[in-house]
Amino acid sequence: MIERVDLTDQQKRARRRRSIALALVLAALVVLFYVATIVKFGPAILDRAL
Amino acid sequence: MAITGEQGALNGAELGLSQAEPGDYFALLKPRVMSLVVFTAFVGMIIAPGTIHPFLGMVSILCIAVGAGASGALNMWYDADIDAVMSRTASRPVPAGRVGPSEALAFGLVLSAFSILTLGLLVNWLSAALLAFTIFFYVVIYTMWLKRSTPQNIVIGGAAGALPPMIGWACVTGSVSWESFVLFLMIFLWTPPHFWALALFKQGDYHKAGVPMLPNVAGVKSTKRQIFVYAIITALVGVLPYWMGFASAAYGILATGLGLGFVWYAYKVLRMSPADEKMKPAKAMFGFSLIYLFALFATLLVDGLTQGAGA
Repeated sequence: MIERVDLTDQQKRARRRRSIALALVLAALVVLFYVATIVKFGPAILDRAL
Repeated sequence: MAITGEQGALNGAELGLSQAEPGDYFALLKPRVMSLVVFTAFVGMIIAPGTIHPFLGMVSILCIAVGAGASGALNMWYDADIDAVMSRTASRPVPAGRVGPSEALAFGLVLSAFSILTLGLLVNWLSAALLAFTIFFYVVIYTMWLKRSTPQNIVIGGAAGALPPMIGWACVTGSVSWESFVLFLMIFLWTPPHFWALALFKQGDYHKAGVPMLPNVAGVKSTKRQIFVYAIITALVGVLPYWMGFASAAYGILATGLGLGFVWYAYKVLRMSPADEKMKPAKAMFGFSLIYLFALFATLLVDGLTQGAGA
């Protein structure tokens, strides 16, 4: 027997909104740490041999 | 498995899977309390001697706000049973069943860890330690221990709400000082009369929930007397920033006037008739106490900004 969960429409809607909120928070954290790194170490952090 | 729908699928509705919206999680952060925390922490940062990069200043405020919000979520996780029986708190996400207790606990713990570590890594570890202490004090000392065991709960627990300006100060200076301690004292001493005024006209709620607030344990008469005494001390401490030289004469005048107003409202509570069931003076005192604290910190903020602009 295949076990799966049938979510109600409201549960699906709520899950989608939670996922979007989480994605936005994670994206904001990426920006925050990116900018904070440049602020703390200066733009020279970007100038390195690759 | 008993809960099955069509073709052996499990039914999400009967399983009680989460229907929590992002707004419910935001409500767990106690946004109104958070706004006061953000404001007082910001004032602490602005009037502290020294400078901080504006972006790191913004990160500091964000971390303090999220840390305060996390402690609110942990408080709602632990207090769901008593929140459910009080009219003021019954519609909160956990007692209303929109967010599960374990979800609230995990949310609070993750946000606590994140806010403390981010503040430590990006700003300084003293402010991060103070934020950690604030969360610990509010959740463990106040919520888990004092709130249900002593009528002095709000007196000692008030320390958690009073620490944010000190954290803001520490974010800029990397230290604490007598000036930041005075900011702490202003909120610490203001908290008991503020909450006892609320506890007077919400006595029935607290009684129903079994929370030993001062009016329920020591009686209305004793509470009114203690509100009055605390109001006098609060008013005196409110003027200290001027006497210690880190606020302007305009602040000194305003703090004196507002302090007299605070004592006057407390006096009206003291003189409130035992037959007064509506307790209008207590409601007025509660309302004025919010204006009092906001006005003092707003004036300190203006002082800090004008001094900063003049420097």
